[in-house]
Amino acid sequence: MRIAQRILTPVVFGVLALAVWQLLVVALKIPPFVLPAPLAVGAVFQLQLPIVGNGMLITGLNALIGLVLGTALGVVGAILAAFLRAIDELAAPLVTALSVVPIVALAPVLYTMYGAGAQTARQFIAALAVFVPVYVTTLRGLRQVAPVHRDLLRAYAATRWQATRAVTLPGAVPYLFTGIRIASSLSVITALVAEYFGGPVNGLANAITSAAANSNFTLAYAFVLGAILVGLVFFVGGLLLERLATRHSIT
Amino acid sequence: MSAAVRVRGATKTFPGRGRAAGVTALENIELRVEPGQFVSLIGPSGCGKSTLLRLVADLDRPSAGSIEVFGDPAAKARVKQAYGIAFQQAGLLPWRTVAANIRLPLELHRFPPARRHARVAELLALVGLEDFADRYPDQLSGGMQQRVAIARALAESPELLLMDEPFGALDEMTRERMQGELKRIAGETGAAVVFVTHSIPEAVFLSDKVVVMSPRPGRIVDELPITLGTGSAADDVRESEAFFRQVSAVRELLHGVPGAAPRGVDLR
Ligand SMILES: Nc1ncnc2c1ncn2[C@@H]1O[C@H](COP(=O)(O)OP(=O)(O)OP(=O)(O)O)[C@@H](O)[C@H]1O
Ligand SMILES: [Mg+2]
Repeated sequence: MRIAQRILTPVVFGVLALAVWQLLVVALKIPPFVLPAPLAVGAVFQLQLPIVGNGMLITGLNALIGLVLGTALGVVGAILAAFLRAIDELAAPLVTALSVVPIVALAPVLYTMYGAGAQTARQFIAALAVFVPVYVTTLRGLRQVAPVHRDLLRAYAATRWQATRAVTLPGAVPYLFTGIRIASSLSVITALVAEYFGGPVNGLANAITSAAANSNFTLAYAFVLGAILVGLVFFVGGLLLERLATRHSIT
Repeated sequence: MSAAVRVRGATKTFPGRGRAAGVTALENIELRVEPGQFVSLIGPSGCGKSTLLRLVADLDRPSAGSIEVFGDPAAKARVKQAYGIAFQQAGLLPWRTVAANIRLPLELHRFPPARRHARVAELLALVGLEDFADRYPDQLSGGMQQRVAIARALAESPELLLMDEPFGALDEMTRERMQGELKRIAGETGAAVVFVTHSIPEAVFLSDKVVVMSPRPGRIVDELPITLGTGSAADDVRESEAFFRQVSAVRELLHGVPGAAPRGVDLR
């Protein structure tokens, strides 16, 4: 019941907002270059589905590859940092730097490195953006062993490796998935924004730019809708994964 | 035969942080627990009961004095797995099922895999949780979690059981039922038990001997052997004249200490 309510409320609100938007555009005769009507955007989206869908696929795939790669790097990095002090000390300033620098700013440099025809630069940038929250949350999880569990393993005279396997690693899993949830939206945003800085011209952001340049604003909004859908898929996916991983974590 | 627990002149001082003075939690503790004996530690909050239990478990080291468990120094006894322990918080691993939680010590100590399943089933039956083997701790009530923790502590049939206020968070009804079960389990397994509690009736009901401690720095005020008619039902015991008499005796010892705080009140 409560879940239905939690989903229903924003959906009703969203539909209402769209209806008001539609009414305003029609009633005030707002021209499409100022604000296209949602129904018109929907119609174009449907009409141009193959093109929009292709853009969604390309941007979505870049984000996904970035998410997987960044998560793998983040997890390995966090495990190394948790068990080797030297790595932790070396990585700390680097990760801080990565977390304050807008990572897309690296895009132009990477495009020249990998060549403008490849998606690699975008995937790599998305991976870097993903790496930061995954690394930070996983490392926190690895360090957050409850004192009672520490005592328990000492009472059992467990070896360091046994303690790691029995408590430290499984205890960090919920944290890892919180990191992935945060990173999933970030990967889409980063992959999308990176497209504005160059590279191949077949992603969603490229399509938005060229549709707007051709004064086809309704089409531009149709691509924006596509971007929102990709973002939503990643967000919901991340949320569900987190739910799954943390379902037993409260004692 | 050597004592299950032998504490000689144990003192524990925690160093102060920064400019704060150090805390003497325990001073010159002498304690002897025989094999199979049920001993309760009782005293006002902060008097060092948990600290004493942690010293016996070798989770902390005494500042002075010595601790032996079945004739071995505490550290050696811990490595030999001479005791099972249950903490105030159940301390279950939330990502493991009830059965897997109970199995943990068996896995860590290379208990023959073929016999693990049967042993876990036995323990589940002992604490009355056969139907909950595949549940997760977050799906259990506090009392059930505590029973899982007790089953886990009993997994390797230790000769000594250390328990730190295991029933502290339970309501009175559950608590009395758990006390009955613990008394039965301790009797059946023949294990010695060191049991920390705040509750005088609980200590009297369960124990062969109640050890009363003074407020900080924790010292042993007195030891009271408990004699209740054995063999009678738990409810009868709780309402017997002998029970009330010994509850009063422990209460007088607790309150009779010069400067003693009422139960549960810290004097800091
Ligand atoms: N790790 C520690 N560092 C510093 N002081 C400590 C530490 N552990 C315990 N103490 C101090 O030692 C004293 C005894 O603590 P302990 O936890 O053994 O009391 P307790 O009798 O178990 O109390 P309670 O009944 O409230 O659980 C307290 O004053 C506490 O502040
Ligand atoms: Mg305590």
